[in-house]
Amino acid sequence: MTETLSGDSALWRAMYRAMLRIRRFEEAIGDCVESGEIIGPAHLYIGEEAVATGVCLALRRDDFIFGAHRSHGHYLAKGGDMAALAAEIFGKATGCSEGRGGSMHIIARDVGLLGTSALVGGGFGPGVGTALASRLQGRDRVTAIFFGDGATEEGIFFEALNFAALHHLPVIFVCENNGYSSHLRIQERQPIDTLYEHAAVYRIPSIRVDGNDVRAVHQTGLEAVDRARKDQGPTFIEAMTYRWRGHVGPKLDLDVGLRTREELDSWIARCPIENLANFMDEVGAWNPGERQAIDREVAQEVATAIGFARQSPRPDPSELLWHVYQD
Amino acid sequence: MSIKTEARKTGQPLVGPPAGDRALDYGSALNEAFLQLMERDPTMVLIGQGLYSPWYVGNSMVKLEERFGKERVIDCPVSESAMTGVAIGLALAGVRAVMVHPRMDFMVYATDPIFNQAAKAHYMFAGQVNVPVVIRGIINRGNEQAAQHAQALQSIYMHQPGLKVVMPATPYDAKGLLIASVRDDNPVIFIDDRWLYSQVAPVPEDFYVVPLGKGAVLRPGSDVTVVATSYMTVEALSAAEQLAGSGVSVEVIDPRTLKPLDEELIYSSVEKTGRLVVADAAFPTCGAASEIAALAAEHAFSSLKAPIQRVTLPDAPAPCSTSLEEVYFPKAENIVLAIQRTLKP
Repeated sequence: MTETLSGDSALWRAMYRAMLRIRRFEEAIGDCVESGEIIGPAHLYIGEEAVATGVCLALRRDDFIFGAHRSHGHYLAKGGDMAALAAEIFGKATGCSEGRGGSMHIIARDVGLLGTSALVGGGFGPGVGTALASRLQGRDRVTAIFFGDGATEEGIFFEALNFAALHHLPVIFVCENNGYSSHLRIQERQPIDTLYEHAAVYRIPSIRVDGNDVRAVHQTGLEAVDRARKDQGPTFIEAMTYRWRGHVGPKLDLDVGLRTREELDSWIARCPIENLANFMDEVGAWNPGERQAIDREVAQEVATAIGFARQSPRPDPSELLWHVYQD
Repeated sequence: MSIKTEARKTGQPLVGPPAGDRALDYGSALNEAFLQLMERDPTMVLIGQGLYSPWYVGNSMVKLEERFGKERVIDCPVSESAMTGVAIGLALAGVRAVMVHPRMDFMVYATDPIFNQAAKAHYMFAGQVNVPVVIRGIINRGNEQAAQHAQALQSIYMHQPGLKVVMPATPYDAKGLLIASVRDDNPVIFIDDRWLYSQVAPVPEDFYVVPLGKGAVLRPGSDVTVVATSYMTVEALSAAEQLAGSGVSVEVIDPRTLKPLDEELIYSSVEKTGRLVVADAAFPTCGAASEIAALAAEHAFSSLKAPIQRVTLPDAPAPCSTSLEEVYFPKAENIVLAIQRTLKP
């Protein structure tokens, strides 16, 4: 695809805004963890914004996505309500899961996020199942499953690839390879670090992409969505990226010896948001003052969402046993 | 579509379906339920290992693939975890699915999707999604199949909030409970035992439900209550018959659904008889029999004239050799002995 300045600057602005919303939101969540306002575990997506953004901007509103424990970015990129997400992470009754799920169990049904599982690899089975449902229902809806490199070590990963390939289901496997599973580097977990090769075994078109280049991710996503939409089967995308914060919470995990300052800095230098902004500067894609305006709007939106979460009530104890069963 | 709700009332003796109904064996009753469900819901799907096989699942799945095609009757790869997850995904997207595990021992591979996802999605997401999926596990044991081809694991599913667990014992209940399970909006674990497949009884041709959570009195009695699950109902009825000759009147109750349990039916029987034996051919520790005994002790203690007795497997894996199997699986004589213990002065 040839990018044209007039045609694509709107898309680039949308990418910029989407990534910045995730970045500023996650930073604010990190602050609230540090201040003790947020009690539960929060796995931050800072540094990986281009993956969720690039893929989700290639999807339709009614397409399904599945995530995992680190899915605030997927939720926001797909179009979930920011205030409801903030409130959920705060454990509030106004949260997207009404305070029953927390950071790891978030849902935005109206935009195709049917609920995230905290079990590594938990999206594979249900995700492939929704793709089969789309086929049976005669709908051209596709499903994107986001997961980390650690999930490729679960047996169900291979089971899901096999079944999706066998029935050439409309599903996109999006592997966010950030090099770590919790504390452990991929080199200590797998004999290879080319995860896209796993899918190639099942004859699934598979591609490795710079996960910090949102335009590249988006282009790859468009091709995968097109293939799925035309009933040509699954695609595997391995997006190479890095999480700036530790496995859980706002800390950097440098003090505990899990990684080096140099490694972190080298990835910060490849910030997906600055990458895109620099490119847009170079080609003159902004109108004067436009970036600053977006920055202000996003800051305001995040402040409003956090304020909403702070002011919301917790669920009433009398509701403890609601929703165990559907009546 | 019209559905006949079971006419029998809780607490009344079961007299079987109206005279004139054809007799069907247990597997054929299940097969008819699948056929009628699939006819009525054109998107419903069956998934499982061995669905195209002549020997995996008895006669319960025959001709379904022929009738409904391979799009809707999917014999699947040996991937219990992913395939059960797929069935859950189908349910999330509005397609009702029955996932068939022809041997319950292998269903252990599917524990994550069942425990962590199906059972919890409705709760974790505050009722915004539900998972109307039926996960069918078949108990297939005996004949020297040994420890990994023998297990009855109902209790581990009873342990999970969010799941329902049914164990029909008769052809009539097999059909009616399967239809009720598929139509339920929650995940249901449907457990049938190959040892029941030779049972033949009248089964209406109608599309009917046996409601979940309602037990049945299989034989009325006044001296001792025996609550028996699944295949143990057959042994309990035999025990009751043996003891009738010596003047002991045994009431046999089949809970049919283990979760939610028809507690009132059990308590009212114990209030009448004052004695309780619970027979569940599964491991004893934290088992269905333990749960029923604990509930009765909590809620009907003042009616009890003797300690509650459990009849279960020993706390040991299943053996291979028939000489060991003979003493491993509980039978009518074990229930007779347990009843006699409750009658000791």
